[in-house]
Amino acid sequence: MTDRLILGIESSCDETGVGIVRLGPDGSMELLADEVASSVEEHARFGGVVPEVASRAHLEAMVPTMRRAVEQAGITLRDVHSIAVTAGPGLAGALLVGVSAAKAYAAALDKPLYGVNHLAGHVAADTLQHGPLPKRCLALLVSGGHSQLLLVEGLAERITEIGSTVDDAAGEAYDKVARLLDLPYPGGPPIDKLAKQGNGCAIAFPRGLTGPRDSKYDFSFSGLKTSVARWVEKQERAGEEIPLADVAASFQEAVADVLTAKAIRACKDLAIDTLVISGGVAANSRLSGLAAERCAEAGIELRVPRPRLCTDNGAMIAALGAHLVAANAKPSSLDLSTTPGLPVGTIQIL
Amino acid sequence: MLVLALDTATPAVTAGVVELTPDSPPRLLAQRVTVNSKAHGELLTPHAQEALAEAGHTLADLDAIVCGSGPGPFTGLRVGLVTAAALGQALNRPVYPVPTPDAIALDAATGKPLLVATDARRKEVYWAVYDAAGRRTDGPHVDRPADLVAKLPAVADAAGEGAEIYADVLNLPVVQARYPSPVSLVAAAADELLAGARPAALTPLYLRRPDAVEPVGRKRVTKA
Repeated sequence: MTDRLILGIESSCDETGVGIVRLGPDGSMELLADEVASSVEEHARFGGVVPEVASRAHLEAMVPTMRRAVEQAGITLRDVHSIAVTAGPGLAGALLVGVSAAKAYAAALDKPLYGVNHLAGHVAADTLQHGPLPKRCLALLVSGGHSQLLLVEGLAERITEIGSTVDDAAGEAYDKVARLLDLPYPGGPPIDKLAKQGNGCAIAFPRGLTGPRDSKYDFSFSGLKTSVARWVEKQERAGEEIPLADVAASFQEAVADVLTAKAIRACKDLAIDTLVISGGVAANSRLSGLAAERCAEAGIELRVPRPRLCTDNGAMIAALGAHLVAANAKPSSLDLSTTPGLPVGTIQIL
Repeated sequence: MLVLALDTATPAVTAGVVELTPDSPPRLLAQRVTVNSKAHGELLTPHAQEALAEAGHTLADLDAIVCGSGPGPFTGLRVGLVTAAALGQALNRPVYPVPTPDAIALDAATGKPLLVATDARRKEVYWAVYDAAGRRTDGPHVDRPADLVAKLPAVADAAGEGAEIYADVLNLPVVQARYPSPVSLVAAAADELLAGARPAALTPLYLRRPDAVEPVGRKRVTKA
């Protein structure tokens, strides 16, 4: 069997991504192209992603992004073996642009289409950098839209959610706290930068859902965000200056502490020795730093893909598609529907 | 020449295969149309494939693609345009946008001044006006039907689903041309198609800005 080229298309939120992965006969994967067009700057003044703005940007970016990816890979579209596309979860109107385009490419090229799960794609991204995953591993998926703990028993076979946020996603909490501190959107990078000059132990912000009777693997970040707001408002009322760096560092410490503590606990409970952290928040320096410390103590191997692979992109969708093709999965139908609330256990929509 | 016509600017998910020659009007070979405002994304590509199969062709046989560019409800409208754009790219064929009401006006073909109105939801219509020769003289715009009436030049008839829904407000005879037909979509672009003209950009006619408000100040969680 020869090499197979897998095309991946992503449009679930505010990034239009096209990736191309070469799947070798031995199951090896090589990333040939990873092109992303982001509409993040158009959303900044609104303090969050505006779905209609994102959908309009996807329509404009789809064909040019595809053209750049094909050029970057040095292939022609005709060389493509299969096409994978994010079918959910995500913003309904945004998903529809990518899925509609993917169907047209699949029909025009007469190639199989795989409608896949965005969250599974985030986990698959790691295999592009660190090679195949062990038979069982745990994935901590943290982004602006998701915060979940996943038991991964084969990317094409079985992914089970064992915990998730009950309210805000971790990245959402970053955006809200950033707004509170008059920092730009998205909030992750500026808070991370500011936190480096502050003391993470300065203010004892609450760790959500860590009581003895709380759900072991679920997260809650809404109370933390409110707690930061209360603290800041109290300081303001008292006429005190806000120690911005300490607030940022203490907030960040609370987020990283809960995420890593629960992930490590799940690894121990389930006798798992590999933890993958992916999603946009994985690029956070304190989260990856604390995870590295705690994984080392617990004898757990930590895998964090480089930031470019952590944020939304088409390469991760191509990688997941490659896993499905390698596993001889049945392609999806061309009347495939998008599913904005797709559960993570559904790796592919037929 | 063999042309694929697509339109998703109305609830009708429309795909048709049309033959176009210099000396005769466009001829429909096959079409698939489903009226379902929630199914554009699911059905458009399968409809195109089925229509081509019925006509005894495949996508590779196409010479060009024509796509309705709206105005229409955004989510559905984008399905047609991104499908057409991706097909054009993958097949290396030109894609010609056609304002959707232009095709409906050709379908109506009354030979008299005509209003075309389609459903814009939110109690509004997308509308355009055509002269006796079928040329667009005003629009497309988006308005409430009562406001449209106030600005409307003299027309004899109205066509399009909006004209049917708001017939009592518009008070015009309704011509049966509810959705754009594949033949009229191709007819609206026939001159460019036959001349092999460079296609215009595939720009959707949204006519409305995204609903989004910039936040002012921040919400307090404690009492001042």
